[in-house]
Order: sequence, then structure tokens, then C-alpha cells
Amino acid sequence: MGMTIAEKILAKKSGQAKVAPGDLVTVEVDTVVMIDNSFTAGRWREILKLKDPGRLVVVFDHRVPASTTDSAEAHQTGRRFVEKFGIKRFHDVGFHQGISHQLVADHGYALPGSVLVCSDSHTCSAGVFNCIARGVGEPDVLYAAIKGETWFRVGETVRYELNGKLPRAVTAKDAFLQISGEHGDHATQNVEFGGPGIASLSIPARKTLTTMGAELSAEFATFEADEAMEEWIRARNPQPFECVRPDRDARYAEVRTIDLSRLEPLVAFPDSVIRNSKPVADAAGIRIDQAFIGSCANGTLDDLALAAAVLKGKQVAPTVRLIVTPGSQLIYREAARAGIIAALAEAGAVVTPATCGACGGGHLGILGPNETCITASTRNFKGRMGDPSAQIYMASPATVAASAIRGTIADPREFLN
Amino acid sequence: MIFKARVWKVGDNINTDLILPAVAFYLAPEEQPRYVFHANRPGWADEVKPGDILIGGKNFGMGSSRPAARSLKNLGIACLVAPYINGLFFRNCVNFAFPAVECPGVDEAFEEGDIAEVDVERATVRNVTRGTALTGKPMPPKLLALVKAGGIYPLLEKEGLIAPQSG
Repeated sequence: MGMTIAEKILAKKSGQAKVAPGDLVTVEVDTVVMIDNSFTAGRWREILKLKDPGRLVVVFDHRVPASTTDSAEAHQTGRRFVEKFGIKRFHDVGFHQGISHQLVADHGYALPGSVLVCSDSHTCSAGVFNCIARGVGEPDVLYAAIKGETWFRVGETVRYELNGKLPRAVTAKDAFLQISGEHGDHATQNVEFGGPGIASLSIPARKTLTTMGAELSAEFATFEADEAMEEWIRARNPQPFECVRPDRDARYAEVRTIDLSRLEPLVAFPDSVIRNSKPVADAAGIRIDQAFIGSCANGTLDDLALAAAVLKGKQVAPTVRLIVTPGSQLIYREAARAGIIAALAEAGAVVTPATCGACGGGHLGILGPNETCITASTRNFKGRMGDPSAQIYMASPATVAASAIRGTIADPREFLN
Repeated sequence: MIFKARVWKVGDNINTDLILPAVAFYLAPEEQPRYVFHANRPGWADEVKPGDILIGGKNFGMGSSRPAARSLKNLGIACLVAPYINGLFFRNCVNFAFPAVECPGVDEAFEEGDIAEVDVERATVRNVTRGTALTGKPMPPKLLALVKAGGIYPLLEKEGLIAPQSG
């Protein structure tokens, strides 16, 4: 019996011919990404030895620029760590900064067939590059940085076979909401995306799907490789790599087919995305106070351009705050050069610097008691973005932008021609 | 590792933001437990007695990589038993040496306030009040050893790989 993509990488990196669901494996870690949260007093433990500083990437993203003296001190601790070990891949506040998972894509840090860990749950984002990437705990990150290895439980794999092409105003986020709404969580399982439909999805669109793998509680979310993905990496990282294809006789827990052309805009209702999605019409008319577009799931250039297209020639409703947070400063600059930032600002959006920001309820857009928000970000848990009484609806950037114009949840197809 | 105590029960899909909300992020680790279930069960953290057992629902601990397992441990919860535990949360249970047992059916087998006896190594869970018993999935030996050793930080400290630190 053959292996899935995740199983093949786990086998190779644990030095075994074969692994199977149920195994516990110790694997070599190629890339360890450390974020500002890790350097927080009470959480940081000073590292005395590193396996290989060249395998590390250090990123400040959760509270950037520093939102409190605590986060400022965490940044200082991080800078001292970087200096001490001479870490080259360092993304401090400024030109090179961004959300860690976006930076992995911007710089081609995750190579096909490799293993990447970071102490943020959305690390699975990097699986778009045909690798296995996982959010782990802060102690796991320290262990991997020091020892160069970590453990994984091998889960069974669910494969999503994508066909067709998304209709106008329907995005990869809607494809995710379809999966989470219909199939619920994928805890203990890997998710593998493939099929002819992936060719119609840009790399950033695919990345939305892998990033949201965290919300399915998946172990790994991994895309099959194709020419577009290989070109994306080659343009950013000169290192050689070898793509991993699933065996023809790989064993899947289930293979599910999704026809992208039949999808429609969806909205997840408050508190969870698990079995909680409804067509946008079912939410239409719900009054909102805040609309947010950003995060490692929806802060890509595609997302910003789509929001700007919806907002073109329109204004954000006077009762709504529209906050847009690019995923990285690189995307911010690209969006500025393309006139997207200006278009968003002209429409009344507040465009923030790249940071996890409002998505994690950290800063730059906290919700007050009983407020309602529609968000194109990662997570809509109760209390996630501020006060526990706030209601958070989850949708695509197009649906969020359309809702910001109308002041109530709205169908983006009415705004995009 | 055998624990016998009264149980608290929570539902399915309890997430890390409920266990360790963003508002408690920058507090000292020993202050963070006060905020456990602040949004969904205000006041609960004050009612917990050291040694109590928590029975969770399906996919317990879904969400972020924050050290939420440490908050439950510091609150005094002796161990967690749930039908299945979110993979990332489970890692942090191991990391912070918080005993956790995956045992299908456990959510149906207990009412809040029942007395449980949990053998972490054998993954057996007995409802002493009702006289019923279940067997779950034992933790892989390598991970169990890590829990018994006190988690990752003490291990790295002992090997001289991280600086010793109080707390």
C-alpha cells in the first residue's frame, strides 16, 4: 500500500521506508520560525545552544509595531537573541516585516518535501508549497531549534480533489467555508489538495486553503505540486528541491470531490466555522459595526485587489469601520504601487501596517461589547477579536468589502460586474 | 500516574481562546489561570480545587499554540480526559507535563460532580460514582516519558541547553 504526500515526507524525514497512521515519528526539522510571542516575558526561555542558526527564521508579527511595553520588551529580547546567534533571516519592524506565514510565501522559505514548524497554529499555511508544516507549542519550537528535530503523530489523510474554476466574486475562502461547513473538523487527519482545479487557483488563493487547515484542526494541510508552485519558489529561493507526489495506491481515509464552479459566497456564523456555514443570503441584512480584511489567510495581494475592486467608486457605510491589514510590508508596497491602497483609503478603509492585529484581538481593531463584525481572517471564536459578547461572522474579502459598503452583510456579486 | 477526584465537564470544541484569552496574554503564568473560561463560564476558575479532573468534549483545545494547557495545569487541574484532543493542544499537554488522556465515550460516561479515577499510563477511566469504566488510547511511551520528566523545559534545562529560570 502506498503513501500520501504527508506520509511520504514523514517517512523520509524520519529515515524510514514507510510510515502508517498511528505511528509516532521523530523527524528532522528543516525550518524553525520563531515569532514575537515566543519572546514574551513569562514565556521565553533563553537558548544556550542552537543546532543550526541557518535553519531559523525570526519574525515579529503579532504586536507590530509594539502595542504595549510588554510587546516592546519581547521585541528587544528577540533582537538580542538574533544578535547572539547571528541569525540572518530576521524580519524586524520595517521593510522586511510581515505575518510569519505570509513571509514564508514571500521569500520561498518552505521548500517542497521539507518540514517546517512555528509556534503559531496557522503554520500549516506553508503546506501550499508541497511540504509539511505545523503549528506547535513554544517549547516544541525551542526543542526543534536546539535539537533540529521534533515528533509527529502520523494521521490518516483526507484528499480533496478540486475540479473546475471559481465563479466571479467567489474565492478560496468560500471553498474553505464549504469544507468546514459540510465536513466539520479534521482533527488527527491530514488534508491533501489536488486535482485539475488547482491550476485555476493562484498560489495566494491556495494558501488561504492551507492556512485555514488550522481551523479544521488538521495535522497537516498540503497541496500537490504543479508548475505554478515550482515557479513561485524558484523566483524567490535558489535552493534545489524535489516535489513529492502521492503514490498511486496511497490509502486515504476519504477522497472528496469539490467542483469549484458550483460554489457560492458563504458566511460562517459566530463562534465557530465548524458546521456553521450558510449562503450569504441567510446572513444578508445583519447590521455590522466593523469589517476586517487581513491575517495570514486573507492579507494577500489578491485579497486586497479584490476588496478594492468591490469598493471601487463606493464608500464604506458611515456606521462601519473597515480595517484592512496587508499580510506583509512587501504586499503593502505592491498594493501601493498598484493603486490598491489608495483605492481602499479613498473608499474610507483604514489600512494598517502588516501585523496579526485585529485577527487575534491583539491591537488595531478590537471589538467592544455587543458589537458585530464580519471578518476575512482566520478565526471567529467567541471573544477572539475583543469582548466576548461581540458577534464575529467569517467570510471572503469580497463579501466583507460588500458588507462594509452596505452596512449590513451583503452578497458581493451585487457589487462586482 | 493515577488520579481520583471529582470531575468538571465542558462541551465539544472548547478552544484555546476560552482557556487563555488575549486579555491575559501578558500576565505572569501564575495569574493567567484566573481567566480560564472567563467568556463561557465566568467564575469557574474560582470554584476549581487542586486535584480536580476535567472531562472535555470532542476536539478539546482547538485553536492556537498559546500555552493554554499550562493554565489548566496551574489552575490545579490534575488531568484532562476527552474523547479526542486537538493535536496542537495535545502537544502542549506533553510540553508542559499536563497529563491528558484520549478516551472515546468519556463525555457520555460522566455527569459533572461524579468521581473519576484515571490511570494515565493505562488510559483507563473509571466512573467511581456510577461504577462504570472505559479504556482509551494510551499515550505513546516516548511522550509519556516526557510528561513524567516534567515536560520540555526541565529536560532542556537539565541538558544545559536553556538557561534555568524560576517559574
